[in-house]
Amino acid sequence: MTTITQPKKAAAVNPLKLSSPLGASLAFLGLKGMIPLFHGSQGCTAFAKVILVRHFREAIPLSTTAMTEVSSILGGEDNVSTAILTLAEKAKPDVLGLLTTGLTETRGDDMQRILKTFRNQHPELDWLPIISVSTPDYKGAMEDGYAATVEQIVTTDYGTLAESEDSIPSLSSDRKARVTILAGSLLGPGDVEEVKAIVEAFGLTAVMVPDLSGSMDGHLDDGFNSVTTGGTTLDDLRRLGESSFTIAIGESMRKSAVALKQKFGTNYEVFPRLNGLQAMDRLVLRLSKIVHSRQDAHFVQPYEVPETFNRQRRQLQDAMLDTHFYFGRKRISLALEPDLLYQTSWLLHEMGAEIHAAVTTTKSPLLENLPIETVTIGDLEDFENLAVGSDLLIANSHGRAIAQRQNIPLYRMGYPIFDRFGNGHRCLTGYRGTVQFLMDLGNLFIEVEESQINH
Amino acid sequence: MKLTRGKITELVNEPGCEHNSKEGQSNKKACKQQAQPGAAQGGCAFDGASIALVPITDAAHLVHGPIACSGNSWGSRGSLSSGPVTYKTGFTTDLSENDIIFGGEKRLYKAIAQIVKNHQPAAVFVYSTCVTALIGDDLDAVCQAAAKKYGTPIIPVHAAGFVGSKNLGNRLAGEALLDHVVGTAEPEYTTPFDINLIGEYNIAGEMWNVLPLFEKVGIRVLAKITGDARYQEVCQAHRAKLNVMICSKALINMARKMEEQYDIPFIEESFYGIDDMNRCLRNIAEKFGDAELKQRVEKLIASENAALDQKLAPYRARLGGKRVVLYTGGVKSWSIISAAKDLGIDVVATSTKKSTEEDKARIKKLLGKDGITIEKGSPQELLKVIEQTGADLLIAGGRNQYTALKARIPFLDINQERHHAYAGYEGMIEMAKELEEALYSPIWQQVRCSAPWEVGIGEPIAGNREQGTGNSDQEIANSEKELIGTVVPVAEPIAEIGGV
Repeated sequence: MTTITQPKKAAAVNPLKLSSPLGASLAFLGLKGMIPLFHGSQGCTAFAKVILVRHFREAIPLSTTAMTEVSSILGGEDNVSTAILTLAEKAKPDVLGLLTTGLTETRGDDMQRILKTFRNQHPELDWLPIISVSTPDYKGAMEDGYAATVEQIVTTDYGTLAESEDSIPSLSSDRKARVTILAGSLLGPGDVEEVKAIVEAFGLTAVMVPDLSGSMDGHLDDGFNSVTTGGTTLDDLRRLGESSFTIAIGESMRKSAVALKQKFGTNYEVFPRLNGLQAMDRLVLRLSKIVHSRQDAHFVQPYEVPETFNRQRRQLQDAMLDTHFYFGRKRISLALEPDLLYQTSWLLHEMGAEIHAAVTTTKSPLLENLPIETVTIGDLEDFENLAVGSDLLIANSHGRAIAQRQNIPLYRMGYPIFDRFGNGHRCLTGYRGTVQFLMDLGNLFIEVEESQINH
Repeated sequence: MKLTRGKITELVNEPGCEHNSKEGQSNKKACKQQAQPGAAQGGCAFDGASIALVPITDAAHLVHGPIACSGNSWGSRGSLSSGPVTYKTGFTTDLSENDIIFGGEKRLYKAIAQIVKNHQPAAVFVYSTCVTALIGDDLDAVCQAAAKKYGTPIIPVHAAGFVGSKNLGNRLAGEALLDHVVGTAEPEYTTPFDINLIGEYNIAGEMWNVLPLFEKVGIRVLAKITGDARYQEVCQAHRAKLNVMICSKALINMARKMEEQYDIPFIEESFYGIDDMNRCLRNIAEKFGDAELKQRVEKLIASENAALDQKLAPYRARLGGKRVVLYTGGVKSWSIISAAKDLGIDVVATSTKKSTEEDKARIKKLLGKDGITIEKGSPQELLKVIEQTGADLLIAGGRNQYTALKARIPFLDINQERHHAYAGYEGMIEMAKELEEALYSPIWQQVRCSAPWEVGIGEPIAGNREQGTGNSDQEIANSEKELIGTVVPVAEPIAEIGGV
């Protein structure tokens, strides 16, 4: 069992943690036709925007209720309603994501009431779903805000299909079983894409919630858009109840899976990680069980797995054999959010590496079960102190300064990564993503080794 | 300095700012610049204050608030340092719910103690944020107590995000410097030609293109406010003979008040473009009224300009007649026009959103009668103007980078987060280089062309498909040739052209 420590420091030095509203906006950005609305001062949105733009190298639609000193004292009701009206008119979203910030939570704006009043006053906007989530900056980190938002996304009532007459044919023609995939913040757009492909290879329809692979995957659209052009559609959200199973990826997604179970009775399985051989085997087995369970009981057939996964699995085993020389006894230090920390550190452990130090941002049940004695909820200063003597650092781009000072190579993961391309595509999960991860790290180790030989 | 409504109004109505100079009716729109709910958003006052102060390299910058303010923004700015790197460390009190219920003052005091003890900064700038302003933490009292206890200057910066725009934040930062820093130390010696540079933040090391020029003619930069500054030099700024405001109205209050308090006159200059750089040097010499200095300046300008003309010639040949749309704020809206003109580029449209009346008059003169001015700056608006004018390139801040790129339009970044230094004579070459690369990149044709199997596009291919019933190898070869033909020939490297 891992001990969790939290240094008693008054000042965080070189913060690792990102705010929970930032996580919330990221989750919202995985919905199609979305523009997230920060209920806070204009800076709350501007900072989030800058960080996401730099990470994804994309135009990111975000908006603000532009709270001022005066409205912070009198209450933000007018700002919220003006903002919604303006966005509905100008940005023409399919759905709005409304999130709070430290400012408006401290002042105590009652969002439920504000939205209720708004709905009463503006029945003309009844067509526009508004997903509201509470994300005070002073509570939790990015992963928490993301998770809370996904929970709101899956529990918000989008109304029954209003145009149900039209949608019946599409329902009946869509005979594939639907599976809801709750994609935790440990998955980037490339990972989401991979998971979707895996699920669909089984002949299932994957409903990714949220689906960053449609919106943040760095693709060129025609024309200008002030809302996301891809992601989970409103139609998908309305049909969540039709899914035959929920697969939650990342422990932080558990609550949302439970919520779906409560709302629709959908059974679920939580996958705290989706890299490495066994975790992936488990997913493949689960998917084949879902397919199996839908077969006619009179003609039961053995579990079937598409051939491609046998091949991918063998490729991964081969990659493990090839690279394991470079992983054995390597001391690796990680500074990542809990889900990503868990997934990455266990894989490294399974490859024979030692986890030298682990720093994370927020509480999670996963922290008690890491392949290291102590995990620190702290900042990059703690990380710098703990990482001394490692062979490799894994952190976001802010880790670069530490890597330079300590002359240790850095592998970039987490948010933000502003000095590497490809964050909209990189895939480090699934059999193939794990191969990629092992190759990336193996190459880093080779480079270090060769540079030492040359000396 | 306690931050009161009156103080904010006073800063917004800053008399030195030409936004307000129209008699009777003041046009403060640009200074207020408060974002509207649901509209596009800019940075907040805290952001503005950070931009203005964080470049002080040997100071620690402590953000008193919940994680978002510092966690989402630290280490993202492009100010460079020639020495100390304390300013690059992100410090924040990272307030929790408990701190907010019971008040954050104790935590703040301890945080200052921790920073002073572990990092020995020359000073600590403490920034209030929306939450700590709202819960009423007494920043001044804590800073005063800590300064007394640790003998290190602890400077409160009252620029909570919700008080206003980035621009107001700049001014509030200026107030903090005036109240707590400027005039607190004496320089070892002074020279007759001591100047301060105000509002130049050494983005991408830009200032280093200019400082050698001053040095060559014998002008000493006493204090850089605040690019690559040391805390001590800002303390001594009151002994300068002239304040030179660079490309920014942002710290105008500082220049004006230093004139009032210390009798230091100020001029407003730009480092962008040959003409502007020449004018800047000339104006400084003129202000000092020293004949020898003027002579040295003229000599320098002559030699720099001659050298530059030679170096720019090949670029001018490639850039001449290109049409650009400029979208940026305030002074840059005209200073970049003049830089573009130096390269033979036509600025066909520019923004006047944050510009003062004086800026606008200058713009009109520079643009000529056909030039379009853009008042509102939504991305759609911008794209429309680009389409209308048939512009070849957009020059704008990083925030519009993807507006341009996603519309498959060449782009040059001129704001805060850029990685290239465009100031001074050296900067002109850099800018020419970047413009040339952007405009002549072989990618444009490729990213604009549709897939050959899509209907109604790529004429040569569509044509081939229709007549391609015979389907001989020769025809396939032809169609491939035509396919290649649709791609614009790759630009030749500029070095070769330079040799012509």
